[in-house]
Amino acid sequence: MFDWIFAPWPWYVAGPLLGLTVPLFMWIDNKRLGISSVLRHICAATLPAKIPFFTYNWKNERWNLLFVFGILMGAIIATNVLTNTTPFQIDARLQAFLAAHQITHYPSGVPEDLFSWQSFFTLRGFICMVVGGFLVGFGTRYAGGCTSGHAITGISQLQWPSLVATICFMVGGILATYCILPFIL
Amino acid sequence: MQTNTTLQDTDIELNTDPCADPSGTTPLPFSLALTFLLAGIYFGVLLTKAQVISWIRIQEMFHFQSFHMYGVIGSAIITGAIGVQVLRNSGIRSITKQSITIRKVAFQKGQILGGLIFGIGWALTGACPGPIFAVIGSGYSVFIVILVSALAGTWVYGKLRNRLPH
Repeated sequence: MFDWIFAPWPWYVAGPLLGLTVPLFMWIDNKRLGISSVLRHICAATLPAKIPFFTYNWKNERWNLLFVFGILMGAIIATNVLTNTTPFQIDARLQAFLAAHQITHYPSGVPEDLFSWQSFFTLRGFICMVVGGFLVGFGTRYAGGCTSGHAITGISQLQWPSLVATICFMVGGILATYCILPFIL
Repeated sequence: MQTNTTLQDTDIELNTDPCADPSGTTPLPFSLALTFLLAGIYFGVLLTKAQVISWIRIQEMFHFQSFHMYGVIGSAIITGAIGVQVLRNSGIRSITKQSITIRKVAFQKGQILGGLIFGIGWALTGACPGPIFAVIGSGYSVFIVILVSALAGTWVYGKLRNRLPH
């Protein structure tokens, strides 16, 4: 009867449970859930280089660093304890599109033909990992938040600029999906 | 050059004004630290079990081939919004005895320009910041490359901040 816990969880279970963290953080310590700001705190802790944006007491944000460390631990638990051998489901159209680009191996949803230490030295691997990662770090800080800070927390709190940001996340992603990925994969 | 303090004010995510007293560190009691660690574990399990950390699910979302990601984000927002309203109307204080406040997010051009840039990165990596950490935890050590690149992107943003339109 506990089989469901080992299978992938449907959106209507995971989504509401994820959303509850917004009021939870407010109730615990009047905190605002946001993950990309942790990247800023790590910069402030390791390489502030006298840049004003990184010159602040990052130690006051330790709670956020602990939260993100917990995310990493949670993923270890979910992957090693709470998984079964359910084959990964993929939309047939996406499967065909990826197969045309020799991307066929994604046992847990991460295409290993694209994201691996070997593919680091390929053009598509470099663009998806190094360039993509850079844009995530630059863009989230420029936007003042990511999916957690703007989309989930911001819109939950009825902050219209967060809705603008979220729409731009989607527009940027759709642009890259249709105008960049087909040419680099 | 703008002063640091006014720049900080436009950043929505920093809860405290870091320039108020650079030397003062607010104590973090063990129980509170443990609570945030456990909240992270909860969040990480959910991201992983809902396959939000999957590049394939993100691609299905951007190709409009699956409702899954829209369902996750949409139902998270609705649940969060209900919870926030309940908290607001109850007028209770936080467990740490603080009054619960909602900091208004000011509109700025960065939400559009930065949002578009992040969106492109999200499609390429298949991971927003939370999932980057979760994918590393799920055993793909190569995502450390994405994490280091994201740190570099954040650092370069901080360096160029005064020259970017906000």
